[in-house]
Amino acid sequence: MLKTRIIPCLDVKDGRTVKGVNFVGLRDAGDPVELAKIYDAQGADELCFLDITASHEGRGTMLDVVRRTAEQCFMPLTVGGGVRSADDLVLLLRSGADKVAINSAAVADPDVISRCAAKGGRQAVVVAIDARQTGNHWEIFTHGGRKPTGINAVEFAKEAERRGAGEILLTSMDKDGTKSGFDIPLLQAITSAVTIPVVASGGAGSAADLAPAVLEGGANAVLAASIFHFGEVGLSEARAALAAAGAPVRPFDS
Amino acid sequence: MTTLALIDYGSGNLHSAERALRAAAVLAGADIDIEMTGNAETVRSADRIVLPGVGHFADCAESLRACDGMTEALEEAVGQRGAPFLGICVGMQLMATRGLEDGETPGLAWIDGDVDRITPGPDLAVPHMGWNGLEIEQDHPILTGLGDEPHVYFTHSYAMRPQNSDDLAATATYGETITAAIARDNMFGTQFHPEKSQRVGLRLLANFLTWDPV
Repeated sequence: MLKTRIIPCLDVKDGRTVKGVNFVGLRDAGDPVELAKIYDAQGADELCFLDITASHEGRGTMLDVVRRTAEQCFMPLTVGGGVRSADDLVLLLRSGADKVAINSAAVADPDVISRCAAKGGRQAVVVAIDARQTGNHWEIFTHGGRKPTGINAVEFAKEAERRGAGEILLTSMDKDGTKSGFDIPLLQAITSAVTIPVVASGGAGSAADLAPAVLEGGANAVLAASIFHFGEVGLSEARAALAAAGAPVRPFDS
Repeated sequence: MTTLALIDYGSGNLHSAERALRAAAVLAGADIDIEMTGNAETVRSADRIVLPGVGHFADCAESLRACDGMTEALEEAVGQRGAPFLGICVGMQLMATRGLEDGETPGLAWIDGDVDRITPGPDLAVPHMGWNGLEIEQDHPILTGLGDEPHVYFTHSYAMRPQNSDDLAATATYGETITAAIARDNMFGTQFHPEKSQRVGLRLLANFLTWDPV
């Protein structure tokens, strides 16, 4: 049986982790590779690096972070943030990423999704959708949730699938940062509209928040940042909570 | 020292496979010279051969055939000389008779069977993506010591359907029974990615590096 993936996400700027992290015994809490190794040892099912670097130099640093992580962690790596083209995707895949998340560029020109799928295969293309409720539907926002697009999130998810996305990373802008749980109606709307896997993001505040995204929302994976970084929720606790609620998880013996 | 040819024909998981094979060699205590190569002569004379692959069956088949003399070198090394061979993901699928992704593409035809699409369902997303339990169907040296309830990482939309059930080494359940690994003589293939399957994957690769098929 396929298991629910638990995916810690790290925000990386100029090669350093931003947002505080609080792990005992960490030599350098700002080094994403050190953090990746800790999550690897705790049995994370996959890791996500979100590159929030604006500068050109910082982008090169990100490739180095991906390369160094892939040398030490033999687990799936998804990298997103600032991916504009199929060439960007190829560079990240060559550095050791398994999947590349495309956000604003895909919204601006959905053909980027097709071009990325042609270069890296569908399984390598994640389309990241940031959505916020507007009236009775969900609208896509880009540029870190600042810019409304007028695009219906459910319709866009279908288009992303049709154009070759292998997965959708769905972030609720209404829930992100609130720690009040995932946006279940949004997840239901998207997971019932597509046949590709959907990763739930935005709103996890406790281990108990994870299971509803899977059991009610239909998500295949749960992504969270701060609850894992601050040690509020350990990965073993997350696994136990999912399993207790009836969402299958990978047995992991640390 | 023995040699391992990791075939470089432009596959996206080439470097991940290389890193994991190097780590597995340390784990196995094996003195192996791992070379990424697109050169048919290197493959022809290698002691062991690994064929990676991700993405599209037809694209991978085309890229492999575009390497001058490569399919002939593989036939000679694997088919005639009996060099241990490992195919990973599409590298495994290429061992089949044919792939049915966007039309019909001939494979290496080492294992009788087709590679066909997994049918999506209401609770069955495709690609089959994530960690799934490995059900071991065949007592095989490469599948030993993987621990209780071994889980491995899959990401694929197409699956191999071998005609002869004797070729099945391991399966996974995803709506239907999915071919997870195949084995025949000196050939082994995994649909999942051992290079991304943490400890279980490294153990499997280490087993391959010390495998002595008779």
